[in-house]
Amino acid sequence: MVRLSALTAGVTLGLILAAGTAFAQTGKVTVVTSFSKDVTGPLKKAFEKAVPGATLEVQNRNTNAGVKFVEETKANNQVDLFWASAPDAFEVLKARKLLSPYKPKATGIAEKVGSYPVNDKDGFYSGFAASGYGIMWNERYVKANKLPTPKEWQDLTTAPYFDHVSISAPSRSGTTHLTIETILQGEGWDKGWRTTKEISGNLRQVTDRSFGVPEAVNSGQVGYGIVIDFFAFSSQGAGFPVKFVYPSVTTLVPANIGIIANAPNKAGAEAFIEFLLSPTGQEALLEPTIRRLPVRPETYAKAPADYPNPFKDKNLQGLLTFNAELSESRSAAVDTLFDQLITFQLEPLKAATKVLHEIDSALAKKDNAQARALAKEARDLIAAMPITAAQAASPEIRAAFSGGKEKSARQAELEQQWAAFAKEKYAAAKAKADEALKLAR
Amino acid sequence: MRTLAGTRSLGQAVLALAIALFLGLFLVVPVATVIYVAFTEKGGGALTLINFLDFARTDLFVRSFWNSVYVSAMTVVWASALALPLAYLTTRFEFRGAMLVQTLGFLPLVMPPFVGAVAMQLLFGRNGSVNLLLDEWFDFKIGFMEGLNGVIFLQAIHYFPFILVNLSAALRNIDRAMEEAAQNLGSHGLRLFRRIALPLALPGYIAGASLVFVKVFDDVATPLLLNVKEMLAPQAYLRITSIGIDDPMGYVISVVLIGVAVATMWASAQVLKGKDYATTQRGGGGLARRKLKPRESVLAYAVVILILALVLAPHVGLLLLSFATVWSFSPLPDGYTLAHYARVLDDSSGYIKNTLLYSSLAAGIDIVIGGAIAYLVLRTKLPGRQWLDWAASTALAVPGIVLGIGYLRAFYGVKMPDGTPLAALWIVIVLAIAIRRLPYALRAAYAALQQISVSLEEAAENLGATKARTVRRIVIPLMTGGLLAGFVTSFATAAVELSAVLMLVQSNSDAPLAYGLYVLMQTPAGRGAGAALGVIAVVIVAICMGLAQLVADRSQRARGLDI
Repeated sequence: MVRLSALTAGVTLGLILAAGTAFAQTGKVTVVTSFSKDVTGPLKKAFEKAVPGATLEVQNRNTNAGVKFVEETKANNQVDLFWASAPDAFEVLKARKLLSPYKPKATGIAEKVGSYPVNDKDGFYSGFAASGYGIMWNERYVKANKLPTPKEWQDLTTAPYFDHVSISAPSRSGTTHLTIETILQGEGWDKGWRTTKEISGNLRQVTDRSFGVPEAVNSGQVGYGIVIDFFAFSSQGAGFPVKFVYPSVTTLVPANIGIIANAPNKAGAEAFIEFLLSPTGQEALLEPTIRRLPVRPETYAKAPADYPNPFKDKNLQGLLTFNAELSESRSAAVDTLFDQLITFQLEPLKAATKVLHEIDSALAKKDNAQARALAKEARDLIAAMPITAAQAASPEIRAAFSGGKEKSARQAELEQQWAAFAKEKYAAAKAKADEALKLAR
Repeated sequence: MRTLAGTRSLGQAVLALAIALFLGLFLVVPVATVIYVAFTEKGGGALTLINFLDFARTDLFVRSFWNSVYVSAMTVVWASALALPLAYLTTRFEFRGAMLVQTLGFLPLVMPPFVGAVAMQLLFGRNGSVNLLLDEWFDFKIGFMEGLNGVIFLQAIHYFPFILVNLSAALRNIDRAMEEAAQNLGSHGLRLFRRIALPLALPGYIAGASLVFVKVFDDVATPLLLNVKEMLAPQAYLRITSIGIDDPMGYVISVVLIGVAVATMWASAQVLKGKDYATTQRGGGGLARRKLKPRESVLAYAVVILILALVLAPHVGLLLLSFATVWSFSPLPDGYTLAHYARVLDDSSGYIKNTLLYSSLAAGIDIVIGGAIAYLVLRTKLPGRQWLDWAASTALAVPGIVLGIGYLRAFYGVKMPDGTPLAALWIVIVLAIAIRRLPYALRAAYAALQQISVSLEEAAENLGATKARTVRRIVIPLMTGGLLAGFVTSFATAAVELSAVLMLVQSNSDAPLAYGLYVLMQTPAGRGAGAALGVIAVVIVAICMGLAQLVADRSQRARGLDI
């Protein structure tokens, strides 16, 4: 009963407030976000201080649930902003006409951070911060198991790391997707997948949540995790015995914000974006609990000494120009390939990889040309891909995922074909490797 | 007489229609708006069954299906092994602390999302406390949480209370004369249990076991926590929640899950069909409680303590985690602090209030509708009454996220007078939780009613009582134990419900505890605070259950004195 009267009171109050907003500049700004309270809390406080009369209503949802929510409620939209990391989520919203374009007025914002453009080229969403990918590890775990300290991605393919590494699936994590895509663009389709599979052969697990990786490393269930930097830094901030390194070739991925189509408070939404990009908003990103990389280069002057600076640090400059259109054209295919060739075939892949590591250590003691040749054949079998780069971006395959007319096969059929392909190749690789191991010993 | 019978069945028909309307509006229609995708061609929208053919042709799905069957069946076996001794000892013997055991034995069902998983990993994981100690002392580790067997281990611990609660309620309901008759004929000990008590308690056991089977079959959280993806429910979840790909297969799997749930409920009804489990005498407080001999007593306590230690280990882990400063790769935390509680105490009072309100409302709805469905199915001849049971049971198999999306689709367009969408009201969250927990209450009510002899109702009616009065004065009082078991199960599990809630919460002030927990658990610094919030949730549930047990005991005793 108390509750009910509180509700009526709330509704009345809401009506009064709603009437008030017609005159006030900003009022209530509703944002759907995947960011945690550690991030939204300080920014909310700073925003409400900077813009008097504004309140920020934060709805926490993970990225997937957020996209679905915006989509399902579009007929009677009550949300002003979508605020999350993964650019692909914004691509989906944009493609479904759920975003309204806005060009920020703020000046002094970089065009590019690392190799990735900060803003959407059509102006539907804007980057406000960036984060880099790297390797995080649990010091106690590493010490107890007498494991090495990684520096480069390539290190993760070597024998000591077998069964100690964790990653989140690109189909489940927009940022992991970008990392895989960067490897594919940097090294080329075939070589890139070879590297990806070599690392994957050492995986302990493929998690279905981005946060699952730092969680497992923090609690010491796995040794190493491929994670975005702020997960590692905030873990250190919380006192966990973890370390982090940016490999010399790393990806920087932007975090974005966009205005929802038919936003009830568009003026307020714009005010929040301008705030985020303002010097005050950008400086707030430096706070230990947030720790994102600002997109306003001048802000780095106020950063602590060891703060990474993508506009100065060599390893964060980005060696290639990220091709967003190429990425977009094959994103479903890349995600599904990773799932079918790696996530759901992890055991056979690991079985073959394990034998290959044993061969390496045997060959290091006593070389054997025939064994070496067989091992190479096994590696080639593992690296084999069911489709080429051109096919991955072809209309036939794209239509299989989108349900278009040009499809040559249904998505389910493709998945079954790719899974069967991987299973057969990994089994053949294991047989070859077993043979090689016998010779090498 | 004729007109009386006429009004009776009219009343029953109205009741049945009202329930059908409720289920239709809040379960069938919302879910159908989402699930129909399974029957359409991708992109085209034309009706087709090709997706089901694809399901059968895909190795991954077939493998996942059999993995799920295996895990669910084995979980029932292990859960029974855990539940039987507890239920038997606490209901059959003079056992000090029986109420405490019943309450504690129920808690595993209340595992807060996310943080529960972390606590389990810290205890039983590859580098959890147990394995770190084993490794140090004996140089080996046990893969408690590896692969399918790991899933079975955790699911058995998590879901055995379903069997415990329903079996205990059933055992309490057995007429003690049955046992006395057997004892007079020379039966005793295990044989007495096997031949008399257990068969008579079968409805309760089947109710619990079928719930465990379906729940494990449809559970997403535990397999994903162990990174086991090759089971059916995780496959559906992963596909439905991947952004950007409109894939009908996730919904195809949901349809398969619903099919399995209905088939299980149908099969469990077949097992009990054609046998009579009802006993006439009531109010004796169930089975006569025997005294344990000293030797037996020691053994009994040892077994009970061992089982409780195992099944409550995750909660102990949770408690440690909530006081821990840092806990990483070590058997115990590095240090202890109260800071996490201080952090959550500020904003948790709203969460707690909402959780209590939502859970008790939802459980109340469940017990009324569950009891009514059980009555209609077992005591009336209305055509199609089975469908109510089956429809309600499908709620077990509907993934929470599907229900959440369905609610948005069905109710977000409906505007209140002031323009806010209907789906934005907190009562919608209550309805979603009620629908998701309805099967628990329904199974409990079903089992309770099966044990009541219809001759008691006939006697009342012969003495001139109307149907309504008979229900009010005879059926409901006799079902109290079962209904209470149902209420407690619904309430306790509703308190930690997240998946549908996450979709429906529109503002922090309407959010329940599970949502607050979710928000905290996305950051490393929130782990301890999340655990603290989890402990608060468990304590609240435990207190409410303790109270419910107390009420049940009192009412049983009161009725025992009446006779």
